[in-house]
Amino acid sequence: MRVELDAVTMRFGDVAAVDGLSATFESGELIGLLGPSGCGKSTTLFMLAGLYRPTSGEIRFDGTVVNDVPPERRSIGMVFQNYALYPHMTVFDNIAFPLRMQKVPKAERQERVLEMARLVRIEHLLGRKPAQLSGGQQQRVAIARSLVKRPKLLLLDEPLSNLDARLRLEMREEIRRIQRAVGITTVFVTHDQEEAMSLSDRILIMEGGRRQQFAAPQVMYDRPASRFVAFFLGNPPINLLSARYRQDGSVLVFPDGTRLAVDPTPYAGLDDELPVTVGIRPEAATVQAPDEIRSLDDTGHFIGTVAYRETIGRDTLIRVDLAEGVLRLLVPAHETPPLGARVVVIPDRTRLHLFRESDGRALHKDTPDDAQATRRVG
Amino acid sequence: MEKPTLTSTLKALLYLAPALAVLITFTVYPILQSLLLSFYADYDYFRDIVYRYGLDNYRFLLQDPDFHLALRNTAIFVLGVVPASIALSLAVAFLLNSRIRLRAFFRTVYFIPTVTSIVAVAIVWRWIFHSDYGLMNYVLSLFGISPIHWLTDPKWALPSLILFSIWKSLGYNIVLFLAGLASIPETYHQAARIDQASAWSRFWHITFPLLSPTTFFVSIVSIIGAFKVFDEVYALFGGSPGPLKSALTLVYYIYLKFYREQDYAVASAAAYVLFLITFVFTLIQLYIGKKRVHY
Repeated sequence: MRVELDAVTMRFGDVAAVDGLSATFESGELIGLLGPSGCGKSTTLFMLAGLYRPTSGEIRFDGTVVNDVPPERRSIGMVFQNYALYPHMTVFDNIAFPLRMQKVPKAERQERVLEMARLVRIEHLLGRKPAQLSGGQQQRVAIARSLVKRPKLLLLDEPLSNLDARLRLEMREEIRRIQRAVGITTVFVTHDQEEAMSLSDRILIMEGGRRQQFAAPQVMYDRPASRFVAFFLGNPPINLLSARYRQDGSVLVFPDGTRLAVDPTPYAGLDDELPVTVGIRPEAATVQAPDEIRSLDDTGHFIGTVAYRETIGRDTLIRVDLAEGVLRLLVPAHETPPLGARVVVIPDRTRLHLFRESDGRALHKDTPDDAQATRRVG
Repeated sequence: MEKPTLTSTLKALLYLAPALAVLITFTVYPILQSLLLSFYADYDYFRDIVYRYGLDNYRFLLQDPDFHLALRNTAIFVLGVVPASIALSLAVAFLLNSRIRLRAFFRTVYFIPTVTSIVAVAIVWRWIFHSDYGLMNYVLSLFGISPIHWLTDPKWALPSLILFSIWKSLGYNIVLFLAGLASIPETYHQAARIDQASAWSRFWHITFPLLSPTTFFVSIVSIIGAFKVFDEVYALFGGSPGPLKSALTLVYYIYLKFYREQDYAVASAAAYVLFLITFVFTLIQLYIGKKRVHY
């Protein structure tokens, strides 16, 4: 089912939890609603569910406005954050409940519950009560219950937040597998950027009730539409430094005098003396030993001191203190400079992110934010 | 928790002593004394001399028609009041729990019968039940039903008492049910709506089962309370057990034996019969509760 949000606003008293949100989810897509707490992502999900009615704007399912359709008649499945399994019913009864409400004959009910239980791999748990299940099992039951009535839209509210790290990885794959198997349009809410990146076909990132960007994960990571998006995606987070652009020589001038040459062609509105925020991904720079320090006049590097290092598997995360500000960088484990060493940091110029200091908007000309996207990525 | 030692136990006892002293003197001692009293077959109450112990008092109860009447009336009363009161108070609590205007006002209104003096409200109800000027008969007259002698017709005395008691018991049960309803997380109802459950299905399949611990508690408290009914009878019938003893209940019987007839031993025996009945009922309920109130 194709889902359209058209300038949807939801007010609670004076507060607009969702503010003029527009987006189109194509049929069969897996959409991640991502943002910090209070950004309106759960409110958006509840509006899709019909549990909240938008203050203004339109929600359309396959072109039909559903603003006034109650959840009972929306043909949706939903997995709640705490799963909301009915504690007094067995797993079987929980999964069968939506079918019972639809007055599906008993034999068919039995068959469909078993089919779902097999899909989410909980056939052996049907006789148990929810309290006797682990978190991951409860989540599978909740997914089975939401899918058993064959809905056209599946909504997941922070589906993995109650699971431990290992189980989270496993259930991530499970959700992906089940969604592929059923081919259902799915929207899930998360505050975990990694979860959104790994699961979604496209991510709708929100802040303060507004859409920040709506694009495929890799596109969004490579071409963030704003400083907020750039900082929210990626772990360790992107390094953000303040600078001014100088047209003469097309360089970024940092407060400590460091100059960094940029190619201004892909950017728009890069005026002389414009205050900008420079974003450098931790993996988008190379670190070199001090004996390779070039002349100070060079416009391609920072000079700093290694102040901290932390091994995270294949790479090492180091913190380089600059004259003004710090850079957190990932370097290959075997090339890690020692603590206290003077180093040269050479950012990859083609992977620099420039944002207007005033409003944080990306200056790059090509920052995909497809409201009416038709292409399918992922 | 640390292990209790002799010192800590003594210390605790010291703290408990004042309350224990009061409880033992005014509750435990009388309870035991009245148990003993119920076996006095021949005695001088004022000089506290017992000439013979025996089961005479219990034997007397077995063949006393008044006691049988009291038992029968009490049984009818319990059956008449408890289910109706639970059903009504649950319904009202459910409505009060929904989003309505003046919710706080209505909650207060429904609690008023519980906090008002029973004598005061009985006066109002005596007027409501009045055969000539009462509200009940006026309403009935609108439907062409001839006046009923609510409080003076032996046939109607017990139903009147039941109506009055249901009304009186509502407030307390409503408060308990409201607390129970508030403790059910909203997400179950949201999940049920998404599962396409109608309002009635949501109540019957979700709310009611999840409310069972509260319903269970309310039913135990209500049954015990109903077995002990006395104030309502005394207040509604102006210090009599109704016309021709038609509203004679167990506790009223005990009261009559003790204060009016000074038959202390029989009164004690009757009190113990009442105790046994409520005890057995509570055990049955606990047994059912253990099996059913589980999730």
